[in-house]
Amino acid sequence: MLKIKNLEAGYGKLKVLHKISMHISPGEIVTIIGANGAGKTTLLGAISGLLRNRSGEIFFDKQDIGSLPAEDIVFMGCSLVPEGRQVFATMTVKENLLLGAYVMHKKNRKHSAQNDLDRMYNLFPRLKEREKQLAGTLSGGEQQMLAIARALMAGPRLIMMDEPSMGLAPLIVKDIFAIIKRLREEGNTVLLVEQNAKAALGIADRGYVVETGRIILQGGAEDLLSNRDVQRAYLGRDLDSETKI
Amino acid sequence: MYWEPENECMSREDLAQLQLERLEATLNRVYMNVPFYRRKFDELKIDIDSLRSLDDLRRLPFTTKDDLRDNYPYGLFAVPLREVVRIHASSGTTGSVTVVGYTRNDLKTWSNLSARVLTAGGITKDDVVQIAFGYGLFTGGFGQHYGAERVGASVIPISSGNTARQIKIMQDFKTTALVCTPSYALLIADTVREMGINVSSLSLRYGLFGAEPWSEGMRQEIQDKLKIVATDNYGLSEVMGPGVAGECLERNGLHINEDHFLVEVIDPETLEPVRPGETGELVLTTLTKEAFPVVRFRTRDLTRLLTEPCACGRKLVRMARVMGRTDDMLIIKGVNVFPSQIEAVLFAVEGTEPHYQIIVDRKGALDDVTVLVEVSEPIFFDEMKKQNELIALIRHRLASELGISVDVKLVEKKTLERSEGKAKRVIDKRKI
Repeated sequence: MLKIKNLEAGYGKLKVLHKISMHISPGEIVTIIGANGAGKTTLLGAISGLLRNRSGEIFFDKQDIGSLPAEDIVFMGCSLVPEGRQVFATMTVKENLLLGAYVMHKKNRKHSAQNDLDRMYNLFPRLKEREKQLAGTLSGGEQQMLAIARALMAGPRLIMMDEPSMGLAPLIVKDIFAIIKRLREEGNTVLLVEQNAKAALGIADRGYVVETGRIILQGGAEDLLSNRDVQRAYLGRDLDSETKI
Repeated sequence: MYWEPENECMSREDLAQLQLERLEATLNRVYMNVPFYRRKFDELKIDIDSLRSLDDLRRLPFTTKDDLRDNYPYGLFAVPLREVVRIHASSGTTGSVTVVGYTRNDLKTWSNLSARVLTAGGITKDDVVQIAFGYGLFTGGFGQHYGAERVGASVIPISSGNTARQIKIMQDFKTTALVCTPSYALLIADTVREMGINVSSLSLRYGLFGAEPWSEGMRQEIQDKLKIVATDNYGLSEVMGPGVAGECLERNGLHINEDHFLVEVIDPETLEPVRPGETGELVLTTLTKEAFPVVRFRTRDLTRLLTEPCACGRKLVRMARVMGRTDDMLIIKGVNVFPSQIEAVLFAVEGTEPHYQIIVDRKGALDDVTVLVEVSEPIFFDEMKKQNELIALIRHRLASELGISVDVKLVEKKTLERSEGKAKRVIDKRKI
């Protein structure tokens, strides 16, 4: 579904991604894990067209999207749930969702946003309860749900999420990840960028480990979880103290 | 039957993407973690970020057996020793020992790939697999053992040797599959016959043989004598062990597990890639190994790639059976001769036994080759005339195959040393 070869990207003179090659097949949850500053958000920016790539190829459904503007990429079915949710705080929950319906409306004026709204309320009953509330008054977890639902309103085939667990209490994180899992079960394809490596690998099919703009490890989620480098660097296990008696 | 159809039957396009991703990650790791590779790349001013395709791999230097020896024992490990859960050493076919290590994930991958090869050779969870490879530092025994367990077969870890006991266990335990070197399979077959056991009374159905070069004639011989389907498989400890490549039941070349090993075939003289389908030295790069990755390892094994699609449905490229090692190659009177060529001729001649030895010596300034070949008893005790006719026939066929004339001596059955592991076919007495 998504295929990236030798992607290089950055900001001004700063090169953040040195060389990234990766792919996602339909129906998969693929996670990108790495420390702060490794280039995870830059990668999502480059895929979604928010950032100009310096070199490399990005193919979405066999179409080269490397030089397309961000709105075209969304219209092709590739949506981003941005880091820090970025909901429109002064609009209601429903209005936020309807903004997400813009793509479907443009594609087909007869398309009923109500059906999509119902689907979202079914997926996130909390949003239904808070339908008329201003998004800015929601809790962090609810805002995250809203950000995901807003992205889903565009009817994407690939949904990319940037740190959905950021700043959320552990119990809420669990809810959010359960929702991501459910999205996959309903046939969605998810690219999940996370610092919470354990939670991400817990639900992902495969993963890539990024360090200083390069992929240093890739493989099945289970294999990455049992890789000692991953355990030490991202799962917070201090293996050296464990091996001492 | 496939073990991992999504990988074994993956489209070439998807495979290329996966290989590129894995190659780039492997190169990043060896550069970070193995001083040997970092130094070598830096010396050659190779920026690994500038490698952009699988073909760019050619810009990287080769790794040789000598590099492994120079870094004995742990110099090329890419992880600290505490992450290594298993250590093996090369079987020492030639020269001194080299050491390799495996992380927990490596062992998992290895079992899986070995399971692929066993499955391709006909093994299922219903089989009783007798593993008559040596267990120990040599990777043959353990590699196939874990693969067979992974498949779910009942594994008999008998190891090599004590042939009479092997056969007793084969009878009593109702072994359905034999895993060992082809030369040992032949010894077992002959011993079964000598013990007066009817082969049809055994439960044996499949044989998976590897760890030494063998010929198509030898396969026929083993299949006929043991009444089994015999497949060839390939691996080497420096790269992983058994599980690198294996034949499917089509028995027409060994499928290389390309999603884990990147394959090249080079001319051992010029070090340039050979033309597609030509014979040369196999060069392998590991794509998923954690503890002991190798980049462009020169295997010294000679083969060629078969790119036509295989009827079994696997999309993985096949390699022809290994015809020998670059260092097995004898240069006799200036002509390159492989023991496997001699074997192929001998197996095609009626009246000979599948046991032979090649003695190379120097008489004055000239190389002199004598092929000792065992013949069946009736011929040996027959009149001289028949013996001479047989010698003349073998000499003639060898001369037309090799392009040089060699001496042939017939020896009585069972005079040549039998091998329970890798057979010693060549005795080179030349002192150069």
